[in-house]
Amino acid sequence: MNTVIRGRVWKFGDNIDTDVMAPWNTLSQTWEERRSTVLATRPDFAAGAQPGDIVVAGRNWGCGSSREHAAENLKLLGLGAVVAESFGRIYFRNCIAIAFPNMVCPGIQAACEDGDQVEVDIDSGVVRNLTRGSQLQATPYTADMLAIVAAGGLLEVLKKRLAEARA
Amino acid sequence: MGMTMAEKVLARTSASAAVAAGDFVTAKVDRVMCHEAFVLCAMKLMGLGVDRLFDSERVIVILDHYFPAPTEQMARAHSLARDFAERFGIRHFLGHAGICHQVLTERGHILPGQLVLGTDSHSTTSGALGAAGAGIGITEMAYVLATGELWFQVPPTIRFVLEGRLGPGLMSKDVALMLAGTHGTEVAQYRSIEFAGGVADHLSVASRMTMANMGIELGAKFAMFAADEVTRRYLSPLTDGDLEPFGPDADARYEAVHTLDVSALEPQIACPHNPGNVKPASALGDVRVQQAFLGSCTNARLEDFAVAAQILKGRSVHAGTRLLVTPASQAVYLEATKAGYTQTLLEAGAAITASGCGACPGGHSGVVGPGEVCLSSTNRNFRGRMGSQDSEVYLGSPASVVAAAVAGHIVDPREFWTGNV
Repeated sequence: MNTVIRGRVWKFGDNIDTDVMAPWNTLSQTWEERRSTVLATRPDFAAGAQPGDIVVAGRNWGCGSSREHAAENLKLLGLGAVVAESFGRIYFRNCIAIAFPNMVCPGIQAACEDGDQVEVDIDSGVVRNLTRGSQLQATPYTADMLAIVAAGGLLEVLKKRLAEARA
Repeated sequence: MGMTMAEKVLARTSASAAVAAGDFVTAKVDRVMCHEAFVLCAMKLMGLGVDRLFDSERVIVILDHYFPAPTEQMARAHSLARDFAERFGIRHFLGHAGICHQVLTERGHILPGQLVLGTDSHSTTSGALGAAGAGIGITEMAYVLATGELWFQVPPTIRFVLEGRLGPGLMSKDVALMLAGTHGTEVAQYRSIEFAGGVADHLSVASRMTMANMGIELGAKFAMFAADEVTRRYLSPLTDGDLEPFGPDADARYEAVHTLDVSALEPQIACPHNPGNVKPASALGDVRVQQAFLGSCTNARLEDFAVAAQILKGRSVHAGTRLLVTPASQAVYLEATKAGYTQTLLEAGAAITASGCGACPGGHSGVVGPGEVCLSSTNRNFRGRMGSQDSEVYLGSPASVVAAAVAGHIVDPREFWTGNV
């Protein structure tokens, strides 16, 4: 996978929950049906997000439910990564499981504004704000987490494991 | 160095002599619970050519989120779940028993010291019996169903030592909301909680379930009570196995220990739109309530029905308010009926539904409309959680919910409290 992600920033606040990322009444809808409901509290987001864009958020991004749609919706929008002060832990694990990069980066919210160009190095955890010429260090994935993300997610790991067992 | 409860569980399940916070382990899971998400997990597994689970005896499938099926699409999903359960040889398939966390507990599937994973964030509820329960998504669950194991980072533990004595009309829900209010909804992020102290020791299993359930609203991976004599008494009719006490070592290492005296605690209400936005009920002013909801995995157990019946006896639900009651399980419903509680509730004007998740996540059986306010005994009040994005959800104890149903607005439930239940 591409370990350096560069994109335009969409900035969000604290405690953005999974119900807002994936409302209950959309969970059995097709992606086309539910696309416009993702993070609809910011009305310009779902329609305006471009592939590779990066969400910068505050504390506790993805708190709440275990619904994987929250992580999946952001990946399906084509976002390159989410960089936040902290994450709801089930959401964070779900993102690793589906190989959608999310990084814990203290200080990131104050360091970015909407529309800034930001570069995230998934391997090292270095986050550069190219617009402002600043740099922050995110908590890098541990080797175990990175191995799952690099493999393309937990189902890819499982596929490999099943193939080895059958061989 | 001694171990916390979380460390003990992860050491045993990873076949390690000892583990410490920060370690990575691959742990073998003792119990696995899937709700309707089982269908999505099974489809992923079939796509990979997996035709048998790691151990179908350890897997319990419970249909609760969309029970009774509110749409034809969900009815089909339920049929698929049944078909997949049969195909994978899952004997523990419960299509209409009630809400997953309550059903797992009351049927003896959860034992102290177990590692329990479920496709639901409130899987922390198992911590009431001294188990380490956590919610996971469908991809991780598919992996678990195939292999029986999953990676974990051993969490640091925060210990809440609850001292003093809860006053009349106060419930464990008030303590959980107080913790979210005073310590924030991230206090246990990436961490495990242990609840201890004289108050915790005297709580019933049902009251412990409420607090362990709300552990996820504090950010927790696990939220655990030591398994003690209360636990043993609850479990002994449900299992043939030995029931040893299970708790932390005396010299376990904690990241933080918070000792709190709850004797002066007032009934607590979480205001829109976050479970941590907590105020005393008495400080809220005139908040009119169109829907009062007693239900969900957080509350609506037998003791909650007893409280509701005590408050509603001889009173009526306010004309401007609907009181919806959804028992935590069909077994609870039956017990509440035998005890006469459901009759008292119905006479007061409550509407009682079949057990299921129903109104809590805004699915069905009590969706809240635009401009409406709901006071709910549930766990989350995120924007739009119970229906319209333009509705408001407040959270409170069963006593607060039922008192508001009578008053038509949020009140301190002690105004209606007439004595011990």
